Amino acid sequence: MAGTIDHPIKKVLIICAKANIEDVYAALVMANGAVMEGIETKMFFTFFGLDAITKKSMKKLHTSAVGNPGLKMPGGLPFPTLLGILPGVEAGVSAMMKSQMEKLDIPTVEEFLELITAGGGEIYACKLAVDMFGLKKEDFSEHVKDIITVGQLYELAAGEGSQIIFT
Amino acid sequence: MSEKVYAGKSVTVTEDGYLTDPNQWTKDIAVEIAREEGITLSPKHFEVIEFIRDKTLKGEVMTIRTIGKSGIIDTKGFYELFPGAPLKKASRIAGVSKPTSCV
Repeated sequence: MAGTIDHPIKKVLIICAKANIEDVYAALVMANGAVMEGIETKMFFTFFGLDAITKKSMKKLHTSAVGNPGLKMPGGLPFPTLLGILPGVEAGVSAMMKSQMEKLDIPTVEEFLELITAGGGEIYACKLAVDMFGLKKEDFSEHVKDIITVGQLYELAAGEGSQIIFT
Repeated sequence: MSEKVYAGKSVTVTEDGYLTDPNQWTKDIAVEIAREEGITLSPKHFEVIEFIRDKTLKGEVMTIRTIGKSGIIDTKGFYELFPGAPLKKASRIAGVSKPTSCV
């Protein structure tokens, strides 16, 4: 452990490029955890990850019921992909996942963004993806600080003891 | 684990400096631990610390969120009172064990 104490992580940039509940939460939990540890934290949302910071879609994130080998039926049997294509199944699976998270007192996406920014973390949207999806600054949560280019992203991540994490 | 003297009282602390027995805690000890963390305790700090002690000793797991919803202070204020890693610092000053929650 001596090495970890000599070279602590001072700064993280966490990139989220997907809109699945699990990918978004992985990014949010790690970012919030970093803020809690006193690590300077930036988040960068790109491509479908933008759903997590877009006002219209942030409350409606889904987990995929198709092609998701980790997904299990209640009881632990594998979840059949063919079942996942039926209407309403993905919504049902997503609702179950959300209720389970609520039981564990895991914050909603909006609340996570609030926790992260309250602790000094910063949230950014990717300019290229924003242009691609035809979005504007006002489409995003108030917690989004700016829409930035990939060049600006690397400037933000610069520094000794800095890490970039792609979920 | 090692022995440490705070406010003229000998207490046992973990490697990270958390008291091993919350019953050894006193307000004077809190003031001295806070000084090590670079914090001068105000009455507001003590309100938060007492909230943490009360809930933790009842077996509840503290999170930044629980404290933000305590009615004593919001999340932002908590980060301002205990800059850097508020939950860890406040727990240490409150004489309870190192926080274990992930959110």
